[in-house]
Amino acid sequence: MNDKATHTATGALRLILDGAMTIYNAVETKARLLEALENATILELDLSQVEEIDTAGFQLLILTKRESMKENKILRLVGHSPAVREMIGFYNMDAYFGDPLVIPADH
Amino acid sequence: MNEILSVFVQEAREQLAVMEENLLRMERGEQDAEVLNAIFRAAHTIKGAAGVVEIHHIEKFTHILENLLDRLRNHEIVVNDKIITTLLQGCDHIGALLDLVEQGIAEENPELASAGQALVETLRAFGKDASDEKSTVPAESVATVERTGDYTTLSDCWHISIRFGRDVLKNGIDPYAFLRYLLQLGEIVHLTTLFDAMPPAHEMDPECCYLGFEITFRSNATKEQIENVFAFCRDECDLHVLPPHSKISDFIELIERLPEENMRLGEILVKSGAITHEELEEGLRRQQAVAKIAQATEQKVPPIGEILVEKKVVQPEIVEAAATKQKLVAEKKSAEARLIRVQADKLDHLIDLVGELVIASASANLLAQKCGQSRLTEATSVISRLVESIRDSALQLRMVQIGETFNRFNRVVRDVSKELGKNIELVISGADTELDKSVVEKIGDPLMHLVRNAIDHGIEPAAVRLARGKPERGRVELNAYHDSSSIVIEVVDDGGGLDVDKIQAKAIERGLIQAGQTLTEQEIINLIFEPGFSTADTVTNLSGRGVGMDVVRRNIQALRGSIEVKTQPGAGSRFIIRLPLTLAIIDGFLTAVGQASYVIPLDAVVECLELRADDTRGHVLNLRGEALPFIRLRELFAIEGAKPARENVVVVTSGGQKTGIVVDQLLGEFQTVIKPLGNLFKYLRGIGGATILGSGEVALILDVGALAQIASQREIRQQTGNAPNALASALGAHEPLARAASPC
Repeated sequence: MNDKATHTATGALRLILDGAMTIYNAVETKARLLEALENATILELDLSQVEEIDTAGFQLLILTKRESMKENKILRLVGHSPAVREMIGFYNMDAYFGDPLVIPADH
Repeated sequence: MNEILSVFVQEAREQLAVMEENLLRMERGEQDAEVLNAIFRAAHTIKGAAGVVEIHHIEKFTHILENLLDRLRNHEIVVNDKIITTLLQGCDHIGALLDLVEQGIAEENPELASAGQALVETLRAFGKDASDEKSTVPAESVATVERTGDYTTLSDCWHISIRFGRDVLKNGIDPYAFLRYLLQLGEIVHLTTLFDAMPPAHEMDPECCYLGFEITFRSNATKEQIENVFAFCRDECDLHVLPPHSKISDFIELIERLPEENMRLGEILVKSGAITHEELEEGLRRQQAVAKIAQATEQKVPPIGEILVEKKVVQPEIVEAAATKQKLVAEKKSAEARLIRVQADKLDHLIDLVGELVIASASANLLAQKCGQSRLTEATSVISRLVESIRDSALQLRMVQIGETFNRFNRVVRDVSKELGKNIELVISGADTELDKSVVEKIGDPLMHLVRNAIDHGIEPAAVRLARGKPERGRVELNAYHDSSSIVIEVVDDGGGLDVDKIQAKAIERGLIQAGQTLTEQEIINLIFEPGFSTADTVTNLSGRGVGMDVVRRNIQALRGSIEVKTQPGAGSRFIIRLPLTLAIIDGFLTAVGQASYVIPLDAVVECLELRADDTRGHVLNLRGEALPFIRLRELFAIEGAKPARENVVVVTSGGQKTGIVVDQLLGEFQTVIKPLGNLFKYLRGIGGATILGSGEVALILDVGALAQIASQREIRQQTGNAPNALASALGAHEPLARAASPC
């Protein structure tokens, strides 16, 4: 997974996650997510490239969301890939993340 | 009638009594489920037993009765007075059918059959009414459905609560896969993800699982099947599968239907499918772990049911049902183990033999003492102690509680007061007082008469009661208690009391007394025990036919008992019946006058003292400043021979009144087997029976009550200087002892 953090026009830090978000790269993913959150007040996670996600990956999304709220920051999940959409839907966590799931994020 | 039928009849009668008792409770407003269940169980047992002994008409009738009870239990119809009355009639009908069975008639006679048919139709009509009502008020039932709609859908669902272990992800288990697999079994109605176990970011190990889920799951699968979904990670997660609420009743029903075996609570729960074996094992492991800690801290180990509920494995309602079932089985088992049915005559024979044994043992004791060998004396005294225990136990076998007899009156009071339109409650106390079975059997009729009298004559109509400032609801009490050597049974009412003037007028009218004859109030009241006496203004169905209190008194006297009445105008009457505890053997106190021996029932003896001439005046003795009337047996029975230098007084008590009996010698305690005196001696006053001493001599047993009466009457005559009132003594008037001033 490459580091693809950019700043958007609105001043949000945008991080594109791609490939897999699984137990196998969970340690790295955690580090990246927390690092990104540290450096941003608004963090936008682009999930459109996430082809595979498991519960470990999903758990990290929860962690990031929780930390963001704790620090009064904003976390936006955008461009959910079908895999992500499916998992968040199954775990009934849409409301928690509070992001529009199906509408593509504007650039 | 063969043995199995006789057992059936007996058991069915017991169940009928239970039914009746609970129906009456229901009528009094105790309409909880337990009362109804008790009625239902009793009916069900009768039906089942009737089926076993192949008395099909009872089975059929009880079945219809049971149907109605079932509908009551399911709240399809609401209980009311009419239903209860009909159910009670149903009980009576079964009772009548049982009477026939007892007479050896297997088929019901046409008369009963038609009565039964009428009842069946009434019973069925209640059911029909209910369904009619339902169809005529559809609006209401629709509303109910709407309200409960949501609840029923949710209550159809299982509740799965799972917390995954930390290491599941590392072990290659993804909760997502397992949870998705649930969809194969049913529908996930709702799922909540819990992540509050997740530690702060820097502590959080991304390879650990911190998630838990609460899932509402609709499925027809069994608990076992649902749990098997998680079989692979069972050891690593904390899983609770709670059955749907709608299934709680199913489980409870299953539990109730389980065969009545001695089972442990866990087994019952597993058998009904409410919990799985794994859950039970886990629960038991936990219990053991807790037990270890508890041992150290001396705490109580929680029962398995509590642990299972706490661990959210099963709903408390189900555990409760299982526990109830367990208790029921245990009670039934222990009741079976505790009770043996024995023929009454076998018992009587045993008592006879024990009586002979007591006499023989006394005789052996006497001989041993005479020959003066200390070891023989010792041996015989051990034997006599054992014989004493055997006697007590044997008599105990015949003792029954009076409660059963008393409880019958609940129904009597209900029926009679309904018939008369009076509102009357029956209060029973001392139902656990025990007395000899033969006495209990014979006391029923006199009591019935007294209770009916109390309701009919005693308790005033409601209007009169209110006018007199009494509560509208009348009160009849049945009390029983022990008092020295006797048992006392009281029938008390809070009615108008006995009308002395009316009794006197009636007695004069009937020629029982002369006009102008002076009698004390108590003497007048005692006239009600005279043959052919009735004061009811109108002869009712129930009492007032002129056969009455004289029969009651005769019946009670036949039991060596006595009856007296205390009454207070406007406040009520109290009929007090005194009965001997047993008819066979008593502890006696042996005394001698001249050559003859006399036995005084030991329970009546208060103390013994030497009679000193300077303490006496006439027939009254100064007992520590108290005036004690006494009687010299030597004088009373005209015993020949000179008075010894020293006489002794045995102070006895009877009916709360003390009397002295003067004898020559005190010989000590003596086990007395009562041998009734022949008919020839029926009218002998002061003697209650006879017994055989160890030496083979006959000793007379004193009737303490009668002696006390003689002594007190004589004292009154002396005090007042009146000529003896022949009538009063003939009636057995029982004037309380007027306390004389100390003669010294």
